Amino acid sequence: MNLDYSAADLEFRDEVRRFIQERVPADLRERVLAHKTLSKEDMELYHTRLNEMGWLAQSWPEEYGGCAWTAVQKHIFDEETAAAGCPRIIPFGVNMLGPVLIKFGDEAQKRHFLPRILDGTDWWCQGYSEPGAGSDLASLKTRAVREGNKYIVNGQKTWTTLGQHADWIFCLVRTSTEGKQQQGISFLLIDMKSPGVEVRPITLLDGTREVNEIFFDNVEVPPENLVGEENMGWTYAKYLLTHERTGIAGVGFALSNLAHLKSIAREQQCNGKPLIEDPLFAARVAQVEIDLAAMSTTNLRVVAAADGDAAPGAESSMLKIKGTVIRQEINDLMRRALGPAALPYIEEYFDPEFDGPLPVPDYAPPIASHHFNERKISIYGGSNEIQRGIISKMILGL
Amino acid sequence: MNFNYTDDQRMLSETLSRFLDDNYSHDHRMQAAQSDLGYDKDTWQQLCELGIAGALLPEACGGYGGTGVDITVVFEALGKSLVVEPLLSTAAISANLLHEATKGSGESSQQPLIEKAIAGEALLALACYEKSQRYAVTTPDSNISKSGDGWVLNGAKTMVLNGDSAEHFIVTAKHDTELALVVVPASASGVSLSAYPTVDGGRACDIEFSDVTLAADALICSGAPAIEALESTLAKANVAICAEALGVMETCKEMTVEYLQTRKQFGVPIGKFQALQHRMVDVMIEIEQARSSIINAATSLDDDRDTREKNISAMKNLIGRAARLVAEESIQMHGGIAMTWEYALAHYAKRLIMIDHWFGDTDYHLQRFIELSATHSDAVH
Repeated sequence: MNLDYSAADLEFRDEVRRFIQERVPADLRERVLAHKTLSKEDMELYHTRLNEMGWLAQSWPEEYGGCAWTAVQKHIFDEETAAAGCPRIIPFGVNMLGPVLIKFGDEAQKRHFLPRILDGTDWWCQGYSEPGAGSDLASLKTRAVREGNKYIVNGQKTWTTLGQHADWIFCLVRTSTEGKQQQGISFLLIDMKSPGVEVRPITLLDGTREVNEIFFDNVEVPPENLVGEENMGWTYAKYLLTHERTGIAGVGFALSNLAHLKSIAREQQCNGKPLIEDPLFAARVAQVEIDLAAMSTTNLRVVAAADGDAAPGAESSMLKIKGTVIRQEINDLMRRALGPAALPYIEEYFDPEFDGPLPVPDYAPPIASHHFNERKISIYGGSNEIQRGIISKMILGL
Repeated sequence: MNFNYTDDQRMLSETLSRFLDDNYSHDHRMQAAQSDLGYDKDTWQQLCELGIAGALLPEACGGYGGTGVDITVVFEALGKSLVVEPLLSTAAISANLLHEATKGSGESSQQPLIEKAIAGEALLALACYEKSQRYAVTTPDSNISKSGDGWVLNGAKTMVLNGDSAEHFIVTAKHDTELALVVVPASASGVSLSAYPTVDGGRACDIEFSDVTLAADALICSGAPAIEALESTLAKANVAICAEALGVMETCKEMTVEYLQTRKQFGVPIGKFQALQHRMVDVMIEIEQARSSIINAATSLDDDRDTREKNISAMKNLIGRAARLVAEESIQMHGGIAMTWEYALAHYAKRLIMIDHWFGDTDYHLQRFIELSATHSDAVH
């Protein structure tokens, strides 16, 4: 047992660092570190640069254009890119739909859609949650009825992240009301330009527009857009959810935010000394740093234990819970570190063009918003309570 | 990077676990813990014959292991059965310290003692805590001064683990302004003991040294090398006791899950209640975090001092919090039955909580982590 990087890993780390320095624009990374809003072009540019290296599809087999990295390489990549302020990879196409198509899609679907995910032709979004189906996802009601040579889709999806940019949506739809709820669900790919699709934005509590409601009014979908078999969608959805959770520990983001927290606490003064020297505050920071160091190793243990291309099973639920709790704790400490400077709400700050004067230090405006925005991470992808249910059943046998 | 045990470590773990399954019932443990010695001498010697003490020490002094991971393998298994025999005091701590303190000087003058410790023939104890010093170890008030060819030792020590059955003590003392390590026979004149059982099932003692005359070679190490020997040994002690805590936590988890599956109230197994399921999951997650922090510390024993000590303090702080959670939740989820002396879980829970009081507690190590962070900017693993 040892935790040292091999020579090859260290070489890989240098390669990642070189990529970041040479290929990811510095002004983009500065905007990320300052928690500004990214444009669609910003996100697409990062995907393009990764794809040029063959580094976009990290969990795909090589034959489909994936890079077949080891668990350690993924860890190094996450840590280095997060620390340097690279944007996050938009997961919907490459990390969610891609693995499902590779495992359950037909040849035509793989040949058509996979290259378009890699080169950015198609931006995908996820149609899972509905107003009445959140944690109880299997109770979803959006209907797809087969009429002649097409499906007719009616219903509503919600919390659709970045759906405003999307060309396509992968949807869970009800194709049967017979038997158990889970047995009547199908996995359908829908072109967002189809007549009858409407996108309405939802403004989040921090004022950002990230998520949307999507309405389907008699939307026609060709049957070749059905993935796998009709009424087997729940199986594919569960497979996708484990993939969604593998990166969700967010160790890289946590490390980068911890560094940011410490730099804020060195800047802020308390009783004539840097806040970081205040024993009470230092203790809070140290405790979360200790938890994160253990979490980072837990993450590596779980990911390393999963065979090659298999996603970790119920253990990924553990990563999700602990990872999000730690990240939210760091966010909370960043907010508290600011003291009164956390209060001003400066909407223009989030505009990439904004360069005006600020009533607070320039690192202050996004912190409280970020704190509120990231309350989502313990809710999405199956809330932490749902994850506890999964662990209780699958690992503990309760 | 890999998280696998070597074949030797796997074999060690299996051998030890099999021996304990066959020979170390909870009744046996309770009898041993409540005996005058506080452990069972035959069992200790059998464990040493199996090579368990040797696994805790490097080849250079007659062992065949001694890495952080070797120590982890042994103590996790010991913890699962709540073993009270003196492998921690004698092999993991004292023999390692004798080796560390004398390894620069060719064939160690202390080699005969180390070999007796490996064979289970002599019990050794480290006397490094003083009542006025809480968990600090490098600034003792006990002192030695020159007397003829040898030394004279004065002072008082507390919480000397297994001190009441030790043949020799390794004592920390001030020599001028430096830290010194001296080996003191328990039979020396001027040594007086006051022994007591501990809450977690072991035995310890206070010792007074009153004008104890020692030979010149009783002083085995002083100054910076003594601090390094003591710190690196206590690092191993912490890895050992945290791995023991991990084993104890694993047993608590097993017992509690089984109880949740079988105990019925309101007509159903209580494990069907979500309030208990979610608490049990949190217990499991913290045990995995505990395992990770032990891996971080156990694999950093050969790193530079600050990195090593930072990982050690991170581990002991996290284990202190996790152990308390696991102990208290296990009792709570069991309900009344876990409040009885008769039920094994109660003794596991007590050991878990009281481990925090050995070698620096949660708060001590949090403070130490902060101090080390201020001088050492690299993150822990």
